[in-house]
Amino acid sequence: MSDQPSDAMTPGKPAPWNDPKIRAIVFQALLVGAVVMFGFYLINNTLYNMEQRGISTGFSFLEKESGFGVTQSLIEYDETHSYGRTFFVGLLNTVLVSVLGIFFATLLGFVMGVARLSKNWLVARVATAYIEIFRNIPLLLQIFFWYFAVGINFPRPRESLALGEVFFLNNRGLFMPRPVTEDGFGLVVAALIIAIVAVFFMVRWAHRRQDATGQPFHTVWASLGLLVGLPLVAFLAAGNPLTWEYPELRGFNFKGGLSVLPELFALTLALTVYTGTFIAETVRAGIQSVSHGQTEAARALGLRESKLLQLIIIPQAMRVIIPPLTSQYLNLTKNSSLAAAIGYPDLVAVFAGTTLNQTGQAVEIIAMTMAVYLSLSLTISLFMNWYNAKMALRER
Amino acid sequence: MDTKQFERGPDLPPPITEIGAIGWLRRNLFSSWLNSLLTVVVAYLLWLMLPPLIDWALISSDWTGTSREDCTSDGACWVFVSVRFNQFMYGFYPEAQQWRIDLIYGTLFLLMIPLFLKAFPWKTWLGGFIIFVYPFIAYGFLDGAWFGFEVIETTKWGGLSLTLILAGIGCVAALPLGILLALGRRATDMPIVKAVCVVFIEFWRGVPLITVLFMSSVMLPLFLPEGVTFDKLMRALIGITLFQSAYMAEVVRGGLQAIPKGQYEAADALGLGYWKKTALIIMPQALKIVIPGIVNTFIALIKDTTLVLIIGLFELLGMIQNALNDPNWLGFSTEGYAFTAMVFWIICFSLSRYSMHIERKLHTGHKR
Repeated sequence: MSDQPSDAMTPGKPAPWNDPKIRAIVFQALLVGAVVMFGFYLINNTLYNMEQRGISTGFSFLEKESGFGVTQSLIEYDETHSYGRTFFVGLLNTVLVSVLGIFFATLLGFVMGVARLSKNWLVARVATAYIEIFRNIPLLLQIFFWYFAVGINFPRPRESLALGEVFFLNNRGLFMPRPVTEDGFGLVVAALIIAIVAVFFMVRWAHRRQDATGQPFHTVWASLGLLVGLPLVAFLAAGNPLTWEYPELRGFNFKGGLSVLPELFALTLALTVYTGTFIAETVRAGIQSVSHGQTEAARALGLRESKLLQLIIIPQAMRVIIPPLTSQYLNLTKNSSLAAAIGYPDLVAVFAGTTLNQTGQAVEIIAMTMAVYLSLSLTISLFMNWYNAKMALRER
Repeated sequence: MDTKQFERGPDLPPPITEIGAIGWLRRNLFSSWLNSLLTVVVAYLLWLMLPPLIDWALISSDWTGTSREDCTSDGACWVFVSVRFNQFMYGFYPEAQQWRIDLIYGTLFLLMIPLFLKAFPWKTWLGGFIIFVYPFIAYGFLDGAWFGFEVIETTKWGGLSLTLILAGIGCVAALPLGILLALGRRATDMPIVKAVCVVFIEFWRGVPLITVLFMSSVMLPLFLPEGVTFDKLMRALIGITLFQSAYMAEVVRGGLQAIPKGQYEAADALGLGYWKKTALIIMPQALKIVIPGIVNTFIALIKDTTLVLIIGLFELLGMIQNALNDPNWLGFSTEGYAFTAMVFWIICFSLSRYSMHIERKLHTGHKR
């Protein structure tokens, strides 16, 4: 018996065309080649076509005067500002409607998700009906419904629906009082910031103390006291530095105050109702994923109902809820681009719509618009990943 | 010793408050004061909303007639929908040629029936035919040029039939691309392939469909060499397919991840190469798991196809918007939207129930 294995047993080195490593390199080289060539082909065609049609290239158009107005702007803007400015106007309007939508949809979604699991038969059925109805109707249709069927049929400004002569709803939008700050309001803001920082450190201290000694601390009440009390003291000390500007009916419309465009109203409502259904399902799945044994164990430990929710159910449910919740937030942000269909001046309507039509620089404008949505998406998902990692199960 | 005999009396009936309708009410609606309050509030809200809604939609509504003058009652005027029904289904397709659409959808329906029969042996072949061959036959029929019929341009297509064409073709065309992307994303030994797939998928998933449609309608003509043009429908389909393939890839990737590693190793041990392993062992199992996921993305796509009205294609919602602008029928938006909502709801809801049904049925071997 020799130690040498016989030739038949040794797997010989495979032929180069059968070696997986070499194959991988060849395939990847081919792919890179194909991608580069395809890209080159597209760029070449585009440059040629643009030259043929006399479309200028580059980003110099951003400095030119835009010459069109926008119905809602969070920053100062009029016709004399540049196209670059229209980009930011649209962007801020997109952010505004996304933030509003995310806030309300989260509220509605959590309420409905919990309601669907309610022991109350009627409440559970109503929540189920809401989810099943609005989830299966296209969002654009819902936006159209709230805008063209409901919003336009609101009364005219003279016959507005009024809530205590402070809030007015009519076919020009929703009008409400606007806070006007006077000198000394900075003090209140400063007090609020100090209170937030104080609460942050207090919560940390309370946790450490409880870990070390087992002594609980009334964090919730103490923080509430700090958050409300400190600014209130500052507010009174500075001598009431806040007045409200009420909307008033002048001529055919309301002047003054804060006004919400009917487009913004319809869009936020539709986004909230539509995304709320998905969030509700996410929340329901999250709560159901916490096994019943956890609840029973907590009861056996003698935890009160509120502590049971706060310490056992919610932390475990949140772990399951957060990843799909993230993608719902992303969807909502992307869906806010449907604003263009009803003329809410968001990024797509203002920049990829009007600005594109006026300048004709499709490539630059669409690329910038897409880049914005990509980076918004990435920002939200990065934030949510960080939060997710914080909440994740710490296993041994 | 005094012995006392105990007689077992007859069982008492359960308390009246615990059984029957009263028991049910007490358990489900009035179990605590909070629940009772909720019940009352919700019931009151429903009472405020439902009777007027039913009255508007069903009781005091108009159903028959031919023009606006037939809308006599205070409720909904469904005449608006019935007069325009043909347009809502077929768009501007000439009425004399609408049998072509009926035939295409009817044949598709008949072809699908055997797929649901357990005993039918050639499901794979039939499925393949429906997915890969039938769309071309359908296009030939609807357009007409290939079969020598009257040519009907895609600008005249519309209504619900266009909605289903967009969603169906988008989904079918996106599936192969999505499978390739999903495989590429899992190719750990080929980092460049993986990177290209990840970038492609994340790019399309990160942008809204509306910008994709804008891009395909405005930028696609710039990308193509001179003389090559696509019509609007084709451009929309290209955009939808690229967009959908990214979502499809993620669904398929979920299926691939669910296949136990032993399956890969067993295929390797049998000496199967990559493509044989994928086609014969992995994909059949993975695709089976992801059918519900595919149906769910299909539902999302059906709802998303409404967006093509923004680039000027008249699918169902676009036809409604168009009809609402008719000066003879101003002010019937609620009826129009209610009808559209119902159509979409029926399609999407039944598909989602179907997807849940399959999910339950397929729950066979892969849960560990």
